[in-house]
Amino acid sequence: MRKHRERLMQGVFLLCACVSILAVALICFFLFAGGLPAIGKIGVPEFLAGIRWKPSNDLYGILPMILGSICVTAGALVLGVPAGILTAAFLARFCPNALYRLVKPAVDLLAGIPSVVYGFFGLMVIVPAIRALWGGSGKSMLAASVMLGIMILPTVIGVSESAIRAVPESYYEGSLALGASHERSVFCCVLPAARSGILAAVILGVGRAVGETMAVIMVAGNQAVIPSGPLSGLRTLTANIVLEMGYAADLHRQALIATAVVLFVFILIINLVFSILKRRSAL
Amino acid sequence: MKCAKAQSCFLRGAVFLAAGLTVGILVFLIGYILFKGVPHITPALFSLRYHTQNVSLFPAMISTVIMTALSLLIAVPFGVCSAVYLVEYASRGNRLVAVVRITAETLSGIPSIVYGLFGYLLFLLTLGWGYSLLAGAMTLSVMILPLMLRTTEEALKSVPDSYREGSFGLGAGRLRTVFRLVLPAALPGILSGIILSVGRIVGETAALIYTAGTVAHIPDNLFSSARTMSVHMYVLWNEGFHTGQSYATAVVLLVVVIALNALSALIARKIVRN
Repeated sequence: MRKHRERLMQGVFLLCACVSILAVALICFFLFAGGLPAIGKIGVPEFLAGIRWKPSNDLYGILPMILGSICVTAGALVLGVPAGILTAAFLARFCPNALYRLVKPAVDLLAGIPSVVYGFFGLMVIVPAIRALWGGSGKSMLAASVMLGIMILPTVIGVSESAIRAVPESYYEGSLALGASHERSVFCCVLPAARSGILAAVILGVGRAVGETMAVIMVAGNQAVIPSGPLSGLRTLTANIVLEMGYAADLHRQALIATAVVLFVFILIINLVFSILKRRSAL
Repeated sequence: MKCAKAQSCFLRGAVFLAAGLTVGILVFLIGYILFKGVPHITPALFSLRYHTQNVSLFPAMISTVIMTALSLLIAVPFGVCSAVYLVEYASRGNRLVAVVRITAETLSGIPSIVYGLFGYLLFLLTLGWGYSLLAGAMTLSVMILPLMLRTTEEALKSVPDSYREGSFGLGAGRLRTVFRLVLPAALPGILSGIILSVGRIVGETAALIYTAGTVAHIPDNLFSSARTMSVHMYVLWNEGFHTGQSYATAVVLLVVVIALNALSALIARKIVRN
């Protein structure tokens, strides 16, 4: 009797463990089955490299959205990564214990704030500020980049901090013993040693920035054209899906699912790079 | 020598500036939302019904609670059981474990809009449920599954092996050991995973718009559409008239998030003390 129960429950646990495999399989199946026919119908070059997205004229080129996603992500990295790594260095090496108990929860809280709240904040503060400084509507690549730069901070800080902490203390002590100052030891010895972990943090930040939807929709302007400068509005892959899924039908809907396929492939590549880096840095 | 000193000062300054900036942004964001939003928190915001004249938040609050409970109800058992399998049952070097790890990592990187689209394709188009609480909760539970799995796994791993050895030594089976000793000992860690999941559910928008829909009333049953507070905020932005109510909703969301974070910090401290 008892043996039966043991066996049974082991089977139940095993089945539960397979749920995440099942989930990934289902997601892949539904996305690819829904999106690939559209790519076939539209044509790979016309879809991926087409510069016009006009569903009413049956033109489905998502190059503007791909470039839009890349631009805001790059902007977010330029703004968020230096601040994130420096803050991580602060938390790991410069911060007195009393201050750590304040700053660390603040970073955690930054990670917990919902993206609609970020978006709303961006709409009410960042967009008007850009409008006041440089004119235009303010809803722009710059606004989205600033917004995403803030949103990836907790990700970059968290992973970088554990990478910096994983560097053996002897590196730091050796550097000090050779006469380098505390700052020089941290920046020239500890941070380079944590390189691949910090890179993993950046990659994870890229993943968050590419996948972010709500905050970007609210501040980026959402014009489906190739962005011409930091002050021009743009639309990302994620925004394209949310904005049009509500009323899309037939090929238009399939083209939106295909947009998600492209996004999904991007994310898979980013995940792969992240896990390779993570393994190398033994985080 | 002087040059090196200047460099050190510069680096130190940059580090403190960056940390100050991070904390400053957070303080400014919370301060701004509270300052602008608190005056908009009125009794009308909490009236039982939603009209076009009074965009009440209350139905969305109820929907959020139901959505959270439902998603946890689905995701927590699966997450905990699969973590139990990975830590307590699987032998070292098991191929299945590696595959589960990889898929869980993949799941945790997928953007929420992709989950939303997947939920729409599976639950609405294929199964024909329509915009419903259940479709939303199922989508969210897939989304928080990797989080539950990872936190539970870590909690189980931190239970000392002596507990298990002692239990086996007294003649208890594996199952009894897991349920009577290991899981209770890992409970605080599992709880902190649940709290993190609640935070994600409460803040989620993109995965819900096309699965749970945006109907602004208290749902009648599992198959009626409902909007959570985050979706409510998004819809208000989309309609473009109700800035005051948006601020008020943002305040409520922030309060929830801050409370959840405080709770998880409390539990984390308890874990460290043990």
